[in-house]
Amino acid sequence: MAASIDALGQFGLTGGFGGAGTAVGFTNSNEAMLAAAAVITVTFAIGLKARALVPGRTQALVEILYEFVRNMCVDTIGEEGLKFFPLVFTIFAFILLGNLIGLFPYFFAFTSHIAVTLTLALFVFVFSTGVGFYTHGLKFLKFFVPEGVPSWLLPLLVPIEIVSYLSRPVSLSVRLFANMTAGHVMWEVFAGFMLLLTASFGIFGAFASIVPLGLNVALAALELLVAGLQAYVFAILTCLYLHDAVHMH
Amino acid sequence: MGSNRATSRRLNRPLKKGRMNGGKDHKAFEQRLKAAEQAAQGPKREAASSNAGSARQAVELAMRLGVEMVAAMVIAVTIGWGLDKLFHTAPWLMIVMVPVGLAAGLRNLLRAASK
Repeated sequence: MAASIDALGQFGLTGGFGGAGTAVGFTNSNEAMLAAAAVITVTFAIGLKARALVPGRTQALVEILYEFVRNMCVDTIGEEGLKFFPLVFTIFAFILLGNLIGLFPYFFAFTSHIAVTLTLALFVFVFSTGVGFYTHGLKFLKFFVPEGVPSWLLPLLVPIEIVSYLSRPVSLSVRLFANMTAGHVMWEVFAGFMLLLTASFGIFGAFASIVPLGLNVALAALELLVAGLQAYVFAILTCLYLHDAVHMH
Repeated sequence: MGSNRATSRRLNRPLKKGRMNGGKDHKAFEQRLKAAEQAAQGPKREAASSNAGSARQAVELAMRLGVEMVAAMVIAVTIGWGLDKLFHTAPWLMIVMVPVGLAAGLRNLLRAASK
């Protein structure tokens, strides 16, 4: 009964498909990504099959999701936002499903790896910068020059603006990664308390472990909220960055 | 929510005019009904929805602000450290970049809070 808490072991990568994927570097993280993509594709395929005027449950779910992201795009970016709707929706759905799948036992939360979230954030960053230069040409560089400022202050302010701009992918990726990792670590730690209590105090400890169990139940609700909220924050920040790229202010 | 009610009211208008021909009672009744509806629904529902909206915005903001500050600092110090390696001037450029990172972090905060 050597009970010790290994809170970070759950994030370890193993070969996917029962070890068969080891040769090509296909891990359990990639498995979860495929699962997330499959779930969203299958849900939409089923939901859009009927195309009823009065939607059933699945169709209503699909339509709510669609309209939610569509309104987010139009409200944040403006009318041009519809051009970016497919991208924003894909990112939102992928992250949301990744967060939600990671909440289930025996599944892997791929958004708890900085490698994954930083890749997503860098993609958004490079894409929105590209949109900026595509829309405005070299005038996009004026984005780093704040308006209405005396010119002797510019050598001070331009580096600040550039650092502020470069910090976007970092804050975007760290936020998602830290929230998911922290939630899963807390779950594991409280579950470990139950083992420790039972190992140290026997039958009394087993009864006392109802406290960490209750905390874990409450945490499950919180994690559900965080999973949705972080996907939403990632998507709306993507919209904000695209808005800056399109409108330059 | 507000727009929904507005459209439903607009849709109701021709119906109301039609009924006014029926008698004086209807007019008074419609007025009282409208007043009662507004008293019962209007302010309460708007307050609730705006409360929920502001709470969601507050949570969203709280999730963002902490990281924004740290991220700017990390980027600034990393740039300074990299330039130091390049020009063999350690640790001066890194030290110079610390206030820049701080200012950029505050800039991020202001930008996030103003939107």
